Amino acid sequence: MDIRSQISMVFHLDKCIGCHTCSVACKNIWTDRKGAEYQWWNNVETKPGTGYPTKWEDQDIYKGGWEKKGNDANGSGNGQATEHVIKLKGAGKAKGLGNIFHNPSLPVIDDYYEPFTYKYLDLIEAKAGDDQPTARPVSLITGKTIDIKSGPNWDDDLSGTPDYARNDPNLENLSPEEREAMFQLEKMAFFYLPRICNHCLNPACVASCPSGALYKRGEDGIVLVNQEVCRGWRMCVTACPYKKTYYNWHTGKSEKCILCFPRIEAGLAPACMHSCVGRIRYLGVILYDADKIEQVASSDEKDLVQNHMDIMLDPNDPEVIAAAKANGVADSTIRSAQASPIYRFVKEWGMALPLHSEFRTLPMLFYVPPLLPVMASLGKANKSQLDKMGPVTKQWSDDWLYDTSTEEIFATIDQARFPLEYMASLFSAGDTEMIKLRIKKLMAVRIYRRFKTVGDISEQKATEALADVGLTAKMADDIYYLTSLAKFDDRFVIPAAHREEAIEMMEFTGDNKGSAGFGFKGGTAQRGL
Amino acid sequence: MNSLNYFFLVMFPYISIAVFLIGTIYRYNQSGYKVTSLSAQFLEGKQGFWGTVPFHWGILMLFVGHMIAFLFPKAVLAWNADPTRLIIHEGLGFMFAVAVLVGLGMLILRRLTNARLKVVTSRMDLFVEFVLLAQVILGCWIALGYRWGSSWFASDLSPYLWSLIKLNPQADAVIAMPLVIRAHIVCAFSIFLIFPFTRLVHLLVAPLHYILRPYQVVIWYWDRKRIRRASTAWSDARPQNN
Ligand code: HEM
Ligand code: SF4
Ligand code: SF4
Repeated sequence: MDIRSQISMVFHLDKCIGCHTCSVACKNIWTDRKGAEYQWWNNVETKPGTGYPTKWEDQDIYKGGWEKKGNDANGSGNGQATEHVIKLKGAGKAKGLGNIFHNPSLPVIDDYYEPFTYKYLDLIEAKAGDDQPTARPVSLITGKTIDIKSGPNWDDDLSGTPDYARNDPNLENLSPEEREAMFQLEKMAFFYLPRICNHCLNPACVASCPSGALYKRGEDGIVLVNQEVCRGWRMCVTACPYKKTYYNWHTGKSEKCILCFPRIEAGLAPACMHSCVGRIRYLGVILYDADKIEQVASSDEKDLVQNHMDIMLDPNDPEVIAAAKANGVADSTIRSAQASPIYRFVKEWGMALPLHSEFRTLPMLFYVPPLLPVMASLGKANKSQLDKMGPVTKQWSDDWLYDTSTEEIFATIDQARFPLEYMASLFSAGDTEMIKLRIKKLMAVRIYRRFKTVGDISEQKATEALADVGLTAKMADDIYYLTSLAKFDDRFVIPAAHREEAIEMMEFTGDNKGSAGFGFKGGTAQRGL
Repeated sequence: MNSLNYFFLVMFPYISIAVFLIGTIYRYNQSGYKVTSLSAQFLEGKQGFWGTVPFHWGILMLFVGHMIAFLFPKAVLAWNADPTRLIIHEGLGFMFAVAVLVGLGMLILRRLTNARLKVVTSRMDLFVEFVLLAQVILGCWIALGYRWGSSWFASDLSPYLWSLIKLNPQADAVIAMPLVIRAHIVCAFSIFLIFPFTRLVHLLVAPLHYILRPYQVVIWYWDRKRIRRASTAWSDARPQNN
């Protein structure tokens, strides 16, 4: 056992309103610089859609993540001889060094977009005339006027359009009929998928870096690029299956989300999370066994998602606590782990799932899948259907109905506007049962709340719904609280790094006595000769 | 004439190597931060492939070839003693030179024509590429115009270089050589001279240590095994952060 702590996150997709406040908060703080204009360490994409960079999920194109080659000696997952069962798909020692002069799977600027601004000054300085002056777009790379062909979130809210939604790589497992059904005008739906670096347990970016510039911080698991060591070999950009490492074309070095570590160390939430309007974001620490990483990452496809979540240990288990302490995990960290909203969402309640576990980087950002489009299944009602509907069905007009039927409590899930296969491709490596259970839980909590607040559902029905998915009334109350009412300190449980003592982590303070004052560190990022 | 020869073939090598050594160390210490490949593939990849791949493989092979002739002249002479083997040797070398020529041509062309690349192209980038181009053209010229340069290198140039290293310069044999060959030598030392001031520094940080490293890198800020417990009031161990 090698117990470590890791900063982990949950995004509740039902609550994301797609306002991009998170992206802007991040951009203003970290990437509003030359060479980084195109980088959105936090981005929010519309699903179904192609995302940013275009089709990033399609690893036949981008060759990101790990792939499983062969099997371990004893079948699956008991830890023996798992060595080298997984390999980096597009990088690694042989491929990385062999392709160092030209990386064949590197996304280029046009896969993201050409960053631009507008000539606003023209609006002010234009001579008086018959025409309204216009502010033409100019490239932030060349400074020349350009015709904008795409941009971040170019496909925002464009679900159903042929160029975007229909090219979503997650549609692969769906039959043509299912796809068509998704894009029927009256069934069309979309949701938002906010993405940041997942600060993975088995980061492909770190493994791919020939210079060893990328590393995972032992204390909190944040994955960083050491700018002093990065030599611009740009392998991490290929290796990260989420495309969350970016090449700065100006400094010739790679950059990525730093999870606002200066804020985390001070016990503050990262900027994207702090500013989140929908309050969809939760952040806390979890305890896990680092000895298990390789074994879990090499699991068989069918066990992968479950093993991935099971790597989290129960922070209240005395054995785990003792092992954590012996390993140097701070008491304040253990206390935070016990109050972690992440452990509750992912393990206690089993409501959240990782994004694309099959990339095998063991991402530490989990998503509560969206329920809303499922509930809001619109159908053209006929008499027999109407008769079947329970008394709680809301009818919007005479023939169209908004189906919130509880007659057969979970009846509508299989006819979801998002086919379960689609959601499963995103969140559970194709396992529809896993998705279904999460969606049922979301629905059960709603049914329960409806019993409590509206009162048009009987208590018996509500408890039945909860029991059906293994929840109790107490759990439902807690879920409701953490989903809808939770205050800042409930959503973000961050063990401060005790900055007042932080320097003692790195050096003996006595050494520095009498040496404080004005000093100079390296200059700011500049381009070399 | 002789004093010019003396300057370029005896003084200049020392100057260039001195500048190379002092300059590189100084630059790495002062702004090692800026030492990167400065890859431009992100802005332009397609033409870049036809430039950088043949260029790099070619120039690395040529570099290795020159090093072998420099370090093991006798072995090279012995190999070249057989005409078939000589032709294989020369042919292979020429092939790599052509690869470099084509690659460099492409690199220069794309840096001059692509609007995005112009933004990340310094005058020094182009200067370096033209110096390298000149060097390769001279090399090809020697290969075509003055056959069996590989044997000459081993028999005459290698002793000359060694004499420079031993601080007992013997340039007579080299001074007697055709102008093209002398130009090739001077151009080589010029590359050393400008090296620290250019993007060429990237080849000094070639990441070969990757081969020996475990894939995952984890860095701890404090030593987990030496945590000071409350019971020990004072020790050289670091405190735990709680
Ligand atoms: C020793 C191993 C070397 C490595 C790993 C290496 C790697 C690289 C890389 C990654 C690039 C960026 C290519 C891109 O745009 O994506 C590059 C560019 C370049 N390298 Fe090297 N290189 C090496 C040796 C050399 C040598 C020996 C020379 C010449 C003496 C050289 C000259 C150049 C030049 C001139 C460029 C700029 C190409 C351009 O115009 O974009 N390199 N190198
Ligand atoms: S999501 Fe973050 S930690 Fe994971 S591979 Fe990508 S850059 Fe690395
Ligand atoms: S700020 Fe929150 S609600 Fe708004 S887009 Fe970002 S994650 Fe969604």
